[in-house]
Amino acid sequence: MEALKDKLESSFLVFENELNGQALGEVHNRRKEAFERFVESGFPTKRHEEWKYTNLKPILKHDYRVFLSDDNTVDFSAIKKFFLSDTDTYKLVFIDGYYSSWLSETTHEKFDICTFSSMLTKYRDVAEKYFNKALPKEEALASVNTAFAKEGAFIRIKRNQTADKPVELIFITTDHGVETMSQPRNLVVVEENAEVSILERHQSLSSKPVLTNVATEIFALRDSRLNYYKIQNDVHTASLIDSTSVKQYANSSVTVGTFALGNKFVRNNLNFFLEEEYTQSYLDGITIIDEGQTVDHHTLVDHKVPNCYSDELYKGIYDANAHGVFNGKVMVHPHAQKTNAFQQNNNILLTDKASIDTKPQLEIYADDVKCSHGCTIGQLDDEALFYMQSRGIPEKEAKALLLYAFANDSLRNVKIPALRKKLNRQIANKLNVNLDFEL
Amino acid sequence: MLKISNLQAGIEGKEILKGIDLEVKPGEVHAIMGPNGSGKSTLSSVIAGREDYEVNGGNIDFEGEDLLDLGPDERAHKGIFLSFQYPVEIPGVTVTNFIKTAINESRKAKGEEAMPANEMLKKMREKMSLLEIDNAFLSRSLNEGFSGGEKKRNEIFQMAMLEPKLAILDETDSGLDIDALRIVANGVNKLKSKNNAVIVITHYQRLLDYIVPDFVHVLYKGRIVKSGDKTLAHELEAKGYDWIKEERVEG
Ligand SMILES: Nc1ncnc2c1ncn2[C@@H]1O[C@H](COP(=O)(O)OP(=O)(O)OP(=O)(O)O)[C@@H](O)[C@H]1O
Ligand SMILES: [Mg+2]
Repeated sequence: MEALKDKLESSFLVFENELNGQALGEVHNRRKEAFERFVESGFPTKRHEEWKYTNLKPILKHDYRVFLSDDNTVDFSAIKKFFLSDTDTYKLVFIDGYYSSWLSETTHEKFDICTFSSMLTKYRDVAEKYFNKALPKEEALASVNTAFAKEGAFIRIKRNQTADKPVELIFITTDHGVETMSQPRNLVVVEENAEVSILERHQSLSSKPVLTNVATEIFALRDSRLNYYKIQNDVHTASLIDSTSVKQYANSSVTVGTFALGNKFVRNNLNFFLEEEYTQSYLDGITIIDEGQTVDHHTLVDHKVPNCYSDELYKGIYDANAHGVFNGKVMVHPHAQKTNAFQQNNNILLTDKASIDTKPQLEIYADDVKCSHGCTIGQLDDEALFYMQSRGIPEKEAKALLLYAFANDSLRNVKIPALRKKLNRQIANKLNVNLDFEL
Repeated sequence: MLKISNLQAGIEGKEILKGIDLEVKPGEVHAIMGPNGSGKSTLSSVIAGREDYEVNGGNIDFEGEDLLDLGPDERAHKGIFLSFQYPVEIPGVTVTNFIKTAINESRKAKGEEAMPANEMLKKMREKMSLLEIDNAFLSRSLNEGFSGGEKKRNEIFQMAMLEPKLAILDETDSGLDIDALRIVANGVNKLKSKNNAVIVITHYQRLLDYIVPDFVHVLYKGRIVKSGDKTLAHELEAKGYDWIKEERVEG
């Protein structure tokens, strides 16, 4: 951990040098502040309240290469399977942190779907207005990302516009023969009464350990609608740390769906800050993991103002010695009356060695509110299994069907049919079963 | 078709069935009656293959095959169906998807192709009208929030779809209102043929007015203590079980 920290510190100087003229101005000041905070705090350890269930050490012990060359190319055929099929989409594809115009499909017409780097140069006002204004300062990994923020997706849907197609963000890490780390940075601004759906994936093609430390800032302005889906189904040598912060303004509706089905290690820090009244927030998650895998979901819904609605549903299925964490904080501030906040976390442990640490944290300081939370940890229902078997469904299929049904309601807000289909198929695959229908 | 000999079974070391003999031939209807706790549901669970029960002796032969060697799903594939006394709720799985899966898994086991969607739909419509089941039913989660009577009707709907050779109806009448009882019983009768058989477990003569048994057995403390024709059910309805218990003591 210390070695990686030292490496990042010296890399920052190199990074600054290579920014040339861009190492000045407000944006870079924010990078520097973030960098200094990281130097001060270092990586979080299990002594930190927010990290007590998850040990970063094994993930950060690798000698990651921090700056990758752009020598490697990737054929579309090799990554086709990561895209939605039969659906026309805008695409932003990054190979080893470099934007691939060849594999992407962007636009600047009624909305901007382009790169973070071009936003920094073309729209300085946007950068100054939004860059690092949503992520909490105290999250060390988000700070590291901010320090090195240079490339990623920039999506801005202008006032009253509805994106005519979903947007796919695909980040590929290729094989460099060494352990590698990448830090994409995304900014999403959905302006007044605008609408868009976005899908994000990170995929490693490397045989060596890969760490992705991604950060995404989302601003949903008045009356806007956003669906943001993350498929976290990477290979077992890939680790992902995702910091996503959403700021919602009056009457906006935002869904973030996090579908964690792969990777060696995943940590999601998902924060919703409700800045103005009458917003709707949906946080949906599925975890289905197996031997040697860890997925940690940390969420915060910060009800700062009255009359907001939030609904959170996370489901988990853990096999072999898989380890899950769900830490869901809902904060209702003293004057946030008429808040509706719901949270549900249900888990199934398939073996004695699988484990889940679940911690719902409701802090409610207003009195006229409707809040509820529930959390369950259980096994498969034997009665139901026998019932299904007695109707001719073999044990394996019966188990899969039960698990499938259990996980499935977390797809309730997936509005893109092709994505629904893909997720259904991935879930069925994970459960090792071939079901001939979608639930 | 079904031949049970000297079957002894229990759970967690507790003896429940203490030597059951029962033979059911194609085309027959058998009724099993008996006081609460006498082992009727245990018997049906053991026939269906519930693994929680330990079989300590005897055997069950179904069409020349030893059932006890088969898993519950394999028994279903052979044509055994149990209508549960307490059907289980399965959230998230719709009635349609459940039945589809059940039918196609059975077909797969027999090396047959999946049933074409239109054929499945046609069959569902037909059986739904037979049992006067509403369309909206199909898209609901299996048994979840169903009333007691709806659950029982849904069991018979599944039976109608699966067309078993041997159906065991464990207190299918309990929870049904008078009209529903008639509808369900009519459904069972329509599905009856000379090639299949039914075992009806019930506490009341009323159901047997509709589904007329060829044989009536009384199960008491894990044994079949009396068998007779349908008049035995009338006698039980009039006199209760005491006289049988007494006979048992004297015997
Ligand atoms: N899982 C179990 N654990 C312990 N005892 C059991 C279990 N299942 C059944 N028994 C016992 O076995 C005996 C027979 O039960 P069973 O359910 O077969 O009776 P039944 O004849 O179907 O009764 P009823 O008419 O009330 O449905 C009862 O004493 C019951 O308590
Ligand atoms: Mg019973």
